[in-house]
Amino acid sequence: MRAFAYTRATDVGAALAAARDPDVKFLGGGTNLLDLMKMGVERPGHLVDVTRLPLAAIEQREGGLRLGATARNSDVANHPLVRQRYRVLSEALVAGASPQLRNMATMGGNLMQRTRCAYFYDPTFAECNKRVPGSGCAALQGHHRMHAILGASEACIATHPSDAAVALAALDAVVRVAGPGGERAIPIVDFHRLPGDTPQLDTNLRGDELITAIDLPALPFGRRSHYLKVRDRNSYAFALVSVAAALDLDGQGVIRQARLALGGVAHKPWRVVEAEQRLVGQRPGDGAWRAAAEAALAGARPRRDNAFKVELARRSIARALATTAALT
Amino acid sequence: MSRRGFLGSMVAGGVVATWPADAQSADAASSGAPPPVRTALTINGHRHELTLDPRVTLLDLLREHLGLTGTKKGCDHGQCGACTVLADGRRINACLSLAVAHDGEQIVTVEGLARGETLHPVQAAFLEQDAFQCGYCTPGQICSAVALLDEVRAGAVSAATADVSRLAPAALSDEEIRERMSGNLCRCGAYPNIVAAVRAAGGRRAA
Repeated sequence: MRAFAYTRATDVGAALAAARDPDVKFLGGGTNLLDLMKMGVERPGHLVDVTRLPLAAIEQREGGLRLGATARNSDVANHPLVRQRYRVLSEALVAGASPQLRNMATMGGNLMQRTRCAYFYDPTFAECNKRVPGSGCAALQGHHRMHAILGASEACIATHPSDAAVALAALDAVVRVAGPGGERAIPIVDFHRLPGDTPQLDTNLRGDELITAIDLPALPFGRRSHYLKVRDRNSYAFALVSVAAALDLDGQGVIRQARLALGGVAHKPWRVVEAEQRLVGQRPGDGAWRAAAEAALAGARPRRDNAFKVELARRSIARALATTAALT
Repeated sequence: MSRRGFLGSMVAGGVVATWPADAQSADAASSGAPPPVRTALTINGHRHELTLDPRVTLLDLLREHLGLTGTKKGCDHGQCGACTVLADGRRINACLSLAVAHDGEQIVTVEGLARGETLHPVQAAFLEQDAFQCGYCTPGQICSAVALLDEVRAGAVSAATADVSRLAPAALSDEEIRERMSGNLCRCGAYPNIVAAVRAAGGRRAA
């Protein structure tokens, strides 16, 4: 591992001042960054530890919740208001990683995770446009069973690994960031990028900006929400496909509003507004679920070894929506 | 000579201790040698004041610097759980944690669980239930299980919890134990007895 300096930021201003140096990276729980440094993928010269900044609170705000950027994944998952009002987020968090890693990982760091594409993660592979722009994409013809079926490019077919971010996409979360020019708010669906010709850029966060919080707007039907994760083993594995769903039913049981986002299928959490619109005005049932699933996967472009994900995603959507509708 | 005694003598003879130092100084010289960092941790009740290369993980601090070899290095990438320790009472992977980032914290390793000759109830349950074969993952399994029981008492949810919106503590079913122990792999496949040990320890503590 390249030698690096370690300092601990005492306030946000000091962290931002340090981040003017492009060789600086912020250290949260370290569960991904430290691993990538061991692999030689990330080689920062200076780590600024942000975990002692006063950004760990989980607070009610304007009818919603503000999740501090350094709140640990397990603390958010177990918070009573998250469990009762934003059930899908609690479920998504505990579907990810292991209890040990969730005790370490921060919410901000969760959004900043990098793909687990094997060609990205191991520098002994020469081709990876995300790691070395212009070097090619070994996954196109290589092992891509886990890779993207939506929104990919010829430059990169990696997926984003986060479960929590999929739930946050369904919840219309807003990422609050601080930078040299002050604060700004980025809707979660605009936070992560599609690969296009610049797969080295995972997010629209600038190098001199720091995530300070994630805001969850009020969602009266957030209690009727659910996260379904489908993976090769039942626990402690990344998603093949995952679904975050929320449904608002009227007094007659007709769907008034729906929220639907997919994980494990794209370079970013994949919100499917078209599928949500198909559900409005429908009665819960297989017909409605199937129509929504068809709409969600209409643009799917699978590759040689991940075509199974298309039907897996359709069925996962139907099952997640059925489970969600049955919640009381 | 015991295995631990043998390994200890290797460290004392410099066989293990010198190569990381050489590798570090070569790398540090090429990039301007960032300063070491002063840090103080309490490990199993003993305070340690240290000056460390920031690259030293909590796992390597325990094993290579302090001779606490109970905590194991399995994958060194946060995938196996052999390095599980408690930091301020919470289970973490010591391999993915910089030692200097734990400044001021209370660390408990498997060596710190027993009270004198009296084993921790989870340690006793692992013996009684024969919850290991080779034993390499066992310190991590035990530390993980100790935290698991605390988490369940505190009402923490898991992916096996049917309704996360219910705030009452989950019953400690075998399904809950398996899910909550999924961060600790056992290559020998001692899982059934590990589940039995956690179940027994959970029942004992509740009684």
